[in-house]
Amino acid sequence: MSALVQLVDVSKRYADAPALQPTNLSIERGKTTVLIGPSGCGKSTLLRLIIRLIEPDSGTITFDGAPMTRENIDVLRRRIGYVIQEGGLFPHLTARANILLLPRHLGKSDEELRPRLLELCALTRFPENLLPRYPVELSGGQRQRVSLMRALMLSPELLLLDEPLGALDPLVRAGLQKDLKEIFARLQQTALLVTHDLAEAAYLGDEIVLMNEGRIIQRGSIVDFRERPANEFVSEFINAQRALVLT
Amino acid sequence: MKRIRKAGKKEKSIRIGFGSSFGFVSCFPAFLILTASISAAPVTIGSKKFTESYVLGEIAKRVLNEAGIPAEHRQGMGGTIILWEALRGAQIDVYPEYTGTIAEEILKDRLSNSPQLMREALAKFGVGMTESLGFNNTYALVMRRDQAQKLGLRTISDLQKHPELKFGLTHEFLDRQDGWRPLAARYHLNPKNIVGIDHALGYAALAKSSIDVKDAYSTDAKIAEYDLVVLEDDQHFFPQYQAVYLFRLSLPTPAMTALRKLEGTIDETRMIQLNAEAERTKDYARAANLYFDPNARSTIPSGESFRHKLARWTLRHLELAGFSLLLAVIVGVPLGILASRGGAAGHGILAFAGIVQTIPSLALLALLVPLPFFGISARTAIAALFLYGLLPIVRNTATGLQDIAQPIRDSAIALGLEPGARLRKIYLPIASRSILGGIKTSAVINVGTATLAALIGAGGLGEPILSGLNLNDHVTILQGAIPAAVLALLVQWSFDLLDRILIPKGLRL
Repeated sequence: MSALVQLVDVSKRYADAPALQPTNLSIERGKTTVLIGPSGCGKSTLLRLIIRLIEPDSGTITFDGAPMTRENIDVLRRRIGYVIQEGGLFPHLTARANILLLPRHLGKSDEELRPRLLELCALTRFPENLLPRYPVELSGGQRQRVSLMRALMLSPELLLLDEPLGALDPLVRAGLQKDLKEIFARLQQTALLVTHDLAEAAYLGDEIVLMNEGRIIQRGSIVDFRERPANEFVSEFINAQRALVLT
Repeated sequence: MKRIRKAGKKEKSIRIGFGSSFGFVSCFPAFLILTASISAAPVTIGSKKFTESYVLGEIAKRVLNEAGIPAEHRQGMGGTIILWEALRGAQIDVYPEYTGTIAEEILKDRLSNSPQLMREALAKFGVGMTESLGFNNTYALVMRRDQAQKLGLRTISDLQKHPELKFGLTHEFLDRQDGWRPLAARYHLNPKNIVGIDHALGYAALAKSSIDVKDAYSTDAKIAEYDLVVLEDDQHFFPQYQAVYLFRLSLPTPAMTALRKLEGTIDETRMIQLNAEAERTKDYARAANLYFDPNARSTIPSGESFRHKLARWTLRHLELAGFSLLLAVIVGVPLGILASRGGAAGHGILAFAGIVQTIPSLALLALLVPLPFFGISARTAIAALFLYGLLPIVRNTATGLQDIAQPIRDSAIALGLEPGARLRKIYLPIASRSILGGIKTSAVINVGTATLAALIGAGGLGEPILSGLNLNDHVTILQGAIPAAVLALLVQWSFDLLDRILIPKGLRL
């Protein structure tokens, strides 16, 4: 099975420091890959490079075998769902209008979109009667579910999630983690998720990619990380997070 | 000797000639065509901002019309320089002027103060001059008739014998090089009591006997109204201000012939009577009719009703403010979008709009008047108001867009919307509150500032305010000031209402 997304020697520098050293990474189809690491390790940068919110300094990123360029990016973006912390919902639109914005823009009628909308409400456990509400009228967890629906509306081949649960309180967060796992499994969704929480990475990820200082340090399952840490940093990172959970 | 006729010193009410021909226009090109065509067809008569000039303008219009020549009258366009430039620039074809003013202010050559020399000098500008219409409107000293008769006063020299008389003189007359001091020296006058007093108030003071002698223009309507006498300038101190028409030499001969028919037909008494009629009825056409038919008084219906005038002023005011606002929105929002992107262009746009805003509105109007495309017209007022209204819209559009949070932008981009669709469907609606706020600010500023448009003859509610200020007539001032204030409040309220309709509900919760 070939990779859906392939990064080859991709690097990014900000004015003061390198954000991402030349990096190679492949995202496998049907799997959930989790990027984890301390703040500033380059995990969000990597995600933003794929959806092209920032331009890479070097290297190429291919999507479904074709290189992603400035020219084809808007078309490719429609095949990718993107969910960020706090949802990034458009405040002037209702939940429904947020979800339907892109398909409506592409000329689809509400009539033909309706079955998909109801299907997503059921999938994300979002009450249909809340669809006419504006983002400010929804709870943090509800907003993330709407954001997820917006991202899934066109059945994207790839789902990018940047700390999607980062701003939620622990109970809501646990509930959403469970739902996400089910949704990914049911849809056989290819997903790339960024988190700084090892437990979340272990729970959701088929593949975990640990990053530090703009580099990929180790890649594998949570068992690989525990039993065969690549270096001292990996052990430290895992132990620090475990200590945090225990206290 | 230099004398400046103060614009609007004597008028009660100003009417702007082309205001009625300028209907509400909703698009710019039509507006340009309309205003451009104004000077094209009929003979255009201009007048200065005081009663006598209006009346003489109306008389010229009627004499031309009676000769079968279409003519229109642009009333109260401004002062000497504005009228002269308009005549030279062919924006108008005819206007009433005074020989003293022609020598002092237009030709700036006292030596050419003979009709023949004046004509030669004017011809170089393509301008001709009629003979005197028959009266001299110069400075004069006036007294109550009964008192003058009681004391046996007829000439200014006679005042020497009565140093006890109380003089109430305008500040201008007191300060002028050709005013009080040389006059007193020439006539050896040494009154014990001289006070400085406003022109309009001076007449009231004279009527109440608070003062006994005051300076006046020799054809002031008030001379008849208060039954005053003009003391004869027996030593010929005051310069000649014979009334004439200046006209473009390119006028067709029949038009010139018609104007020449007016030469020598109006004496001082007649002019005072016509001025009085104009001030009493505030209807210049009617006063002009009195010239042609002394019995016209009873047969011609009275002037415009207040309601009609108020409607005309208000409509014009809304045209000026509304049209300039529309332009400011059409231009300001795209400029604001550009400015929101930052960079040299963005900073340049904001800096330009900021600089325009800091220019006092009156100065901005004055700066536009000498430019070729503008001149004395509604176009200038609209252009100035447009420039004035630009900054709030540009700035609020730019900041409204810049204030959109990065995650919202990221989401909009990541969704795969093209840049245009992002702007239309996401960024502009989110910034709508700020943009509308800017438009509201501009609207309120424009409604207020549009009162200044009357200064360049563009009409609106500034008309009565300006006349009232010149006449020290509070009622007239309030006729413009109250509607203007109410209009500003209404604009504010209607925008508050518009907020509810236009700003998406999600942004108001």
